[in-house]
Amino acid sequence: MENPLYLSSSPHIHSGETTDKVMRLVIYALLPATALSIYLFGLPALSVLLICTLGCMAFEALSCKLMKQPLTLVDGSAALTGILLALNLPPSTPWWMSLLGAAIAILIGKQIYGGLGYNPFNPALVARVVLLISFPVQMTSWTTPAPIGSGIDAVTAATPLGEMKTAVMLTGKLPEMATSGFGNYFFGNMAGSLGEVSALVLLLGGFFLLFKKVISWHIPISFIGTVLIIGGIFWLLDPSKYPNPLFHLITGGLILGAFFMATDMVTSPITDKGMLIFGFGCGLLTVLIRLFGGYPEGVSFAILLMNACTPLIDRYTRPKIYGQVEQKA
Amino acid sequence: MKLKSFSGGLHPPDSKEYSAHKPIERCPLPEELIIPAAQHIGAPADICVAVGDQVKKGQVIANANGFVSVPIHASTSGEVIAVEPRLHPMGRELPAVVIKPDGLDQWHESLRQNDPEQLDVDSLKNLIRDAGIVGMGGATFPTHVKLSPPEEKTIDTLILNGVECEPFLTADHRLMLEESERIIDGINILRKVLGIDQAIIGIEVNKPDAIEKLTRDCAAHNIQVQPLKVRYPQGAEKQLINACTGRQVPSGGLPMDCGVVVQNVGTAAAISDAVRLGRPLVERIATITGPGIVEPKNLRITIGTPLQYLVDQCGGLNGEPAKIIMGGPMMGQTQLSLDVPAIRGTSGVLVFREEDLPKMPAGPCIRCGRCIGVCPIHLQPTTIAAYARLEMIDAAENYNALDCIECGCCTYICPATLPLVQSIRHAKGGIMAKRRKI
Repeated sequence: MENPLYLSSSPHIHSGETTDKVMRLVIYALLPATALSIYLFGLPALSVLLICTLGCMAFEALSCKLMKQPLTLVDGSAALTGILLALNLPPSTPWWMSLLGAAIAILIGKQIYGGLGYNPFNPALVARVVLLISFPVQMTSWTTPAPIGSGIDAVTAATPLGEMKTAVMLTGKLPEMATSGFGNYFFGNMAGSLGEVSALVLLLGGFFLLFKKVISWHIPISFIGTVLIIGGIFWLLDPSKYPNPLFHLITGGLILGAFFMATDMVTSPITDKGMLIFGFGCGLLTVLIRLFGGYPEGVSFAILLMNACTPLIDRYTRPKIYGQVEQKA
Repeated sequence: MKLKSFSGGLHPPDSKEYSAHKPIERCPLPEELIIPAAQHIGAPADICVAVGDQVKKGQVIANANGFVSVPIHASTSGEVIAVEPRLHPMGRELPAVVIKPDGLDQWHESLRQNDPEQLDVDSLKNLIRDAGIVGMGGATFPTHVKLSPPEEKTIDTLILNGVECEPFLTADHRLMLEESERIIDGINILRKVLGIDQAIIGIEVNKPDAIEKLTRDCAAHNIQVQPLKVRYPQGAEKQLINACTGRQVPSGGLPMDCGVVVQNVGTAAAISDAVRLGRPLVERIATITGPGIVEPKNLRITIGTPLQYLVDQCGGLNGEPAKIIMGGPMMGQTQLSLDVPAIRGTSGVLVFREEDLPKMPAGPCIRCGRCIGVCPIHLQPTTIAAYARLEMIDAAENYNALDCIECGCCTYICPATLPLVQSIRHAKGGIMAKRRKI
């Protein structure tokens, strides 16, 4: 034996699961949705996606360099933040806004707290909300899908949630589009952000993550379940004023939020019970904002508000440990 | 039969294929045996021989030092050539008796056979203590202490640990297959000592041949064989009790607090030898294995045999060793050199080469919660580890750091490859130090 032996405390083997593999799986799960958004919205969507993703990676590299830290691009988290940000933006977002969003997400949403693992809020949502509040006009200019090769021209239109909010505020009644025939929206046949129009493929990606055990069912089920139940209660109270809960489900960013944003491990509770409470809070706030708030869509705000509650939830949802039992007499 | 298990844990690759099919072979005697005085949890024994003494196999060479201690015996006949500190598997030099075997391997004349039927409980317990019997699963807790619960504790169940959940190790598996009569005899003695009937042998279903063999052999003895789901750390006392009986050992308590005594199958076999044959614990079965060994084997080894000699019996080293582990890969201890001796707790010797070791830089915790999902005690390993890194010992204690059984599941699963259980050990040390001060 020429070389000295390694001495270390056990265990001496590892599962081989790593953070970059986790991040890569989430990116894979988002690929169908990104591909669909490019198909539906064409070049504008591609440019938003590229600018956000490459922008996030560039700002991540820049922060590492400025802070003289090892380069963290390999963990894939910056690229993932970029993709998620893009999916939260309208396809008509100007290039400089996408780039600004990337800077906000990485610099203010993540690196300022110390990088991966230390940010209290979902970086992509921080960027989206900052852009929404700062540039309300650009951030609420929506276009209908114009699939590549279909010959259809994209036209300016409101999102289903936006159209509903406007009608309810003006007339006190739901518009017709919110009461019948809205099943089409499930297949992306509506105006919306890159990720909103892909409910079906996002759902497939979400199931992939559940199957791969990257995420657990607790947050998505409790989030979506709460929206359906609370939304359903209002609908039963007054179906002329409040939409069918399924309308809540397939319009807007609920599926994207429940499977990909609220499940961000860094910013959500760590225990099963905590995740259920977190999902419930997200669902409740989403419905309240959609029905009674100033904005038509509430998923982003709901998740960010619940992100703020995460440390508190963690503190009060410690699991009961083995052996906390009555001693046998 | 429905498979039982516990909640939490995981299933690392078994890696038992290296040696599971290899029948137990007797390892010959080496040139010299190094027999440390400390081979059990509790006070080390007091050495009572001197250089130049002739000793016989089974003769006491170190006396038990108090109740939680056992005597140490010469593992063969020969001459004491040194009484001095030698490198111990614990990683430092500790007092040891070095014996040069005379090749006769002669038992000491004072040892005599007994009929367990004719002996009372106290004599049985004394025989077990005097034979130096300790937990053979690796913990090496003196067995007679476990068999002496205070009067107010009622024991109703004896559980035999045939789980061997550590990857790579197959010594207990081979013992169950090849020497079940020793195990069953030991169980009968244990039941007599404890004054109970109910005995359960827990075995994971990755050892179907052992389950079949023991089910057949135990039929006439009213011993239940319980097949268990394959899940690490099911061989840990608390998890095995939970899997077999559904009971939980109270936090900070002992198995006797929930009416159970757990013994390893190897310990049961050693008890049979100690009582029926009058033979002290001077040999055991160990698995010499790993990708760094040419021909992995299950060896019947003489206590005190240097690891180098064991490795030589298995075709030697396969390539350059990078890590030598006594025990399994999840909880075993790394060794400074192959010069250390095998002791009573040596269930295996595992050799890894450079290319067999995980080498991933640790990153920040992404709060994925996997460590919580696999923790068999349902702790929050990442939270305790974070407090440990910050030296916030009180907070770590508040998060039940002391309940950690150090199984290593959290570190094994962590995608950030953080040394979680290692940090928790640090916290436990801090908590114990604080308690001593108060």
